[in-house]
Amino acid sequence: MSAPAVPVTAPQGTLRLPRWAVLAGIAVLFTVGYLLYRGTGTLPHDDEAAPFLFINDARETIDAGRNENPLFLYLINYLRLFTAGLYDLLEVGLTALGWPGLIGVMGALGWLAGGWRIALLAAAGFVSFGVLGLWEASVLTLALIVAAVLLALVVGIPLGIWTGGSARVRRLITPVLDVMQIMPTFAYLAPMVLFFQIGPASATVATLIYALPVTIRITALAIEQVSPTAIEASASLGATRRQTLRKVQLPMARETIALAINQTIMMALSMVVIAALISAPGLGSDIVRGLSRANVGFMLPAGVAIVIMAIVLDRMTMAAARRRVSDRVSYVAAGMLALAGLALAAVLPAEFPEEWRISFAGPVNDAVTWAKFSWYDVTTAIKNISSEALLNPLQGLLTSAPWWLVAAAVLAVAWWSSGVRPALTALGCLVAIALLGLWEHGMETLTTVLVAVALTLLIGLLLGIAAARSLRFSAVQRPLLDAAQTMPAFVYLLPALALFGATRFTAIFASVIYAVPPVARLVEEGIRGVPPTVVEAAVSTGSTSGQLLWKVQLPMARRAILLAANQGIVMTLAMVVVGGLVGAGGLGYDVVSGFVQRTDFGMGFTAGVATVLLGIMLDRITQGADRRPSP
Amino acid sequence: MKIGSRVHLLAGVLTLGIAIAGCGGAKVGEGTGSAAPQASSGAPAAAGTVKIAINPWVGYEASAAVLAHVLEKEGGVKVEKKELTEQVSWEGFETGEVDVIVENWGHPEEVKKFIDEKKVALSAGSTGNKGVIGWYVPKWMADRYPDITDYKNLNKYADLFKTSESGDKGQLLFGDPSYVSNEEAIIKNLKLDLKVVTGGSEAALIEGATQAQQQKKPLLFYFWNPHWLFSRVELARVSLPAYTEGCDADAKKVACDYAELDLDKIVSKKFADTGGKAYQIVKNFQWTNEDQNSVANDVQNNGLSAEDAAKKWVDANPAKWQAWIPQ
Repeated sequence: MSAPAVPVTAPQGTLRLPRWAVLAGIAVLFTVGYLLYRGTGTLPHDDEAAPFLFINDARETIDAGRNENPLFLYLINYLRLFTAGLYDLLEVGLTALGWPGLIGVMGALGWLAGGWRIALLAAAGFVSFGVLGLWEASVLTLALIVAAVLLALVVGIPLGIWTGGSARVRRLITPVLDVMQIMPTFAYLAPMVLFFQIGPASATVATLIYALPVTIRITALAIEQVSPTAIEASASLGATRRQTLRKVQLPMARETIALAINQTIMMALSMVVIAALISAPGLGSDIVRGLSRANVGFMLPAGVAIVIMAIVLDRMTMAAARRRVSDRVSYVAAGMLALAGLALAAVLPAEFPEEWRISFAGPVNDAVTWAKFSWYDVTTAIKNISSEALLNPLQGLLTSAPWWLVAAAVLAVAWWSSGVRPALTALGCLVAIALLGLWEHGMETLTTVLVAVALTLLIGLLLGIAAARSLRFSAVQRPLLDAAQTMPAFVYLLPALALFGATRFTAIFASVIYAVPPVARLVEEGIRGVPPTVVEAAVSTGSTSGQLLWKVQLPMARRAILLAANQGIVMTLAMVVVGGLVGAGGLGYDVVSGFVQRTDFGMGFTAGVATVLLGIMLDRITQGADRRPSP
Repeated sequence: MKIGSRVHLLAGVLTLGIAIAGCGGAKVGEGTGSAAPQASSGAPAAAGTVKIAINPWVGYEASAAVLAHVLEKEGGVKVEKKELTEQVSWEGFETGEVDVIVENWGHPEEVKKFIDEKKVALSAGSTGNKGVIGWYVPKWMADRYPDITDYKNLNKYADLFKTSESGDKGQLLFGDPSYVSNEEAIIKNLKLDLKVVTGGSEAALIEGATQAQQQKKPLLFYFWNPHWLFSRVELARVSLPAYTEGCDADAKKVACDYAELDLDKIVSKKFADTGGKAYQIVKNFQWTNEDQNSVANDVQNNGLSAEDAAKKWVDANPAKWQAWIPQ
């Protein structure tokens, strides 16, 4: 691999230290510093730090000026009305189709996207919403998702194309996207209420903010990936830039752009529950209610409905991306399906028939009760061992070490792994966290995040490699990963809470479940992306399958794996707040507190910012891994 | 192309609609015709729609369901329920998204801000329910260590409450950050060997308490009554120094138990002024902890929906709710 700065070019005669020696040196210095200065220079938490109070005041001002401030009068309030209008339109439209009508239309869209199989999947999926007894809630959720995704695509695809075509725009927009993606959703719920009030409009905007970075990023990636020779060829034939974009770049990027749409939908679906906290109607409110009743059987159907919706929309968009043209037969079939549905809507009762519904709350609750009472000893042991051996020492170290020592260590490690500039950024982030008055909680969160990321990467790599090497394993794993990624964390939090208690370990458990799917998927895709000719060459020269993996596939999939690590960090950070709900304390608890307590608004918002800073810091430390020499 | 032009048309109509809705800027919560918040609910807003906030605990839901049932049956209005957390509900008074909070647990901050200062809400009197916050241990602990229910002996047992989260002190499990809390001050001022561990949610408390009783594991935690958990798990309350008037005046010096709260209803000013009969019903609504627990228990443990449980109670207790109907 290209490693310009490292030993290869070292002049003859100087002492060549192995790279790990530097790291060991940093560790030794840190230990010495820690032993000398332990307990000094710590920054204990204060609920009334100056930045928190300042933001509280700002909030009061904005709140008071809602009907005078021109920004509200002429911009924000209109945005709210427009969004609310779009949502209303979709809700009324989808409801007006009636349940047979909507099922027929989804079937028709499925047929257009990918033939009868997808049509069947879509229709069956939507029937299942009725069977679960959740038809109305599902339609409301669908309306919210569609509204948010439409807005995300309208804003995101042009921005993505622009970003993909210009390095300068990319440099400008990347940090913004980082912030949007890492900022815990909870942290902008309170500001969302402040600006857009409660209700579907602000829920749509919150969902949009969460989903948009993915749209832009993947679209940009799609445009970048188009081979430069194709663009040159087009240009040399005299095409204008606009023609090149429309005739060459966009068609060639089509599949990846479809992935962007697909992932936007998935992100939007993962906001359903959070959106329910600001009065978005739909499946989320069932889950919130189930949580307060500690009733898994009550919330599981809603969770399953969300997963089914995700799978249906995922398969539809992916199929649509692969299919080049729809022939006349599919148009006829689709049309007939839709018409049949609409015709039935006129005949069948307006509500999904009661007798077709299935309830499995009883058996589910029995199973959960059984599991939580009989596995308790084992899970408690796991929790205690990992807390005593890993979490407590690490957290003790980070919170009792002087802040400057931790900062110096971060600077040194980032410098070692990524170079000067990223190291300075990482240092800046850390100092900013201290200045925001969140050092202690930041260090607590850093501890849980580090442990969770390590676990996520380990599990994700193993699953990804296994899936890349066995098609059957991949096929079995895929729906499970889909479910793990889209099943709202709240559903599995209750049993996790019962088994692991209100502890940091519960938070880590939730993060790992949430973050493993993208890591496993990216690793799998990366390994599969290795050109078959290379693999053949390696095999024909007598590589064993282990050698093939270690010497060829993993090194060549490095970019994808690095992206996986990066995404793993982002996803883990997204769960920091959920951790705050189950006893992990730290920044997550501050953010939750900021949402529910007016007096903690400032602390909550600041903690959201601090989470972003932690994320950027971790990103800067890891991004340079790309340049490390291959093993 | 056809679809394209339709989208343009739609966009045009929407923009136009917005422009008409508010020349000179769109305002919030002042009933500006089509721009009023009702429009965002999807359904056409009937003249008499009462928006009730549903805070996330079952006792609240029980009260709200019975009140909603009587309002729809006797008050001639439509009820719209909105699932919201406590503080967000208060904000709803100002923007017109909420008319009624059925069960308010104190909230002096909000009372000051929305009732005294902004004058967008007012109290509509007691619900008749009494709320008590306190420290609890599972029943088995009180059986085995009878003196544990006195705070003076907590230090003796602090070791029992140690967990992986509480370091070398005993753990006191706390819940959702929105709850009223004097825990830190009480621990400090009574010199207890305890550390507050923030569970972060009601679910954390419920699951913790259930496991502690089932597995005979020690647990000391913050909880409150009325709550359906008492009908499922046996708990014993730890007595702190008795509450006296004003002992909680200075948040940093609190060293006493929580006061018994008289839970009340909060309504928006607008609803109080224009609600007519519906407002009178809300104002007159009053019942006991037993009434609420019976409805909540049906919802929580007998698998009834809140609506069905409310109907069942209403059918069984005509005398009680008929007293709420103004003559």
